[in-house]
Amino acid sequence: MKAATASFARDAAAARRLSIVLVCCCTLSGAAAQVLMKVAMASFAPNLVAIVTNWMLMAGYALYGLNTLLMVLALREGELSMLYPIIALTYVWVTLLSYTLLREPPNAFKNVGIALIVIGVAVLGRGEKK
Amino acid sequence: MALVLAASVVGSFGAVFLKFGAARVTRNPLSFLNSRLALGVALYLGSSVFYFLGIRGGQLSILYPLVSLGYIWTLVWARIFFHEALTRQKFLGLGLILLGVVLVGMGAK
Repeated sequence: MKAATASFARDAAAARRLSIVLVCCCTLSGAAAQVLMKVAMASFAPNLVAIVTNWMLMAGYALYGLNTLLMVLALREGELSMLYPIIALTYVWVTLLSYTLLREPPNAFKNVGIALIVIGVAVLGRGEKK
Repeated sequence: MALVLAASVVGSFGAVFLKFGAARVTRNPLSFLNSRLALGVALYLGSSVFYFLGIRGGQLSILYPLVSLGYIWTLVWARIFFHEALTRQKFLGLGLILLGVVLVGMGAK
């Protein structure tokens, strides 16, 4: 991963594309972390042993760590003003996961909202290629 | 509400310091242990504390739009600290994303 990052850095356009891919991976791990946290919180008990042995909570934290790592690698290559808004893709994955895994009822607000986020991200990604 | 507003500002500075720190990351994995990245992560953790305290006493539908203010702060900091160009595409893309986040928040009630 790191070697690949370094070699891509020579080509500015490729570096920007890589940064977008990295941030998209970051939103996937962020969404997985949020869903894990939410499920884990259902069985939350306020004592240290219960917290440490709650594997979903721990997996959630681990994914947040991975998340930060991916974000840093992305920021190394690309612009903050372009990459940061793309993190909103997390809302799209979380909403879709909550529909399918958590069986939350879909509604029009959420559906239109995630569609707008996807279009917004597409606009940002396209603008970067020039 | 003030807490969530604070969370959005603190979180946006978290992003700024991650960007500062990212510039110092090299092929050496130890380069991840630099003070700016550490500060960025600390600011993120701090903002999540403010956020959790904030949503304990507030309506989620108002809080979501406030959190998305963080996107606007970050755009301003990107301009000031990293001299990034704010193009029409960025404003359009961010506008659509903000609208989408607000709608998702309204649907999450």
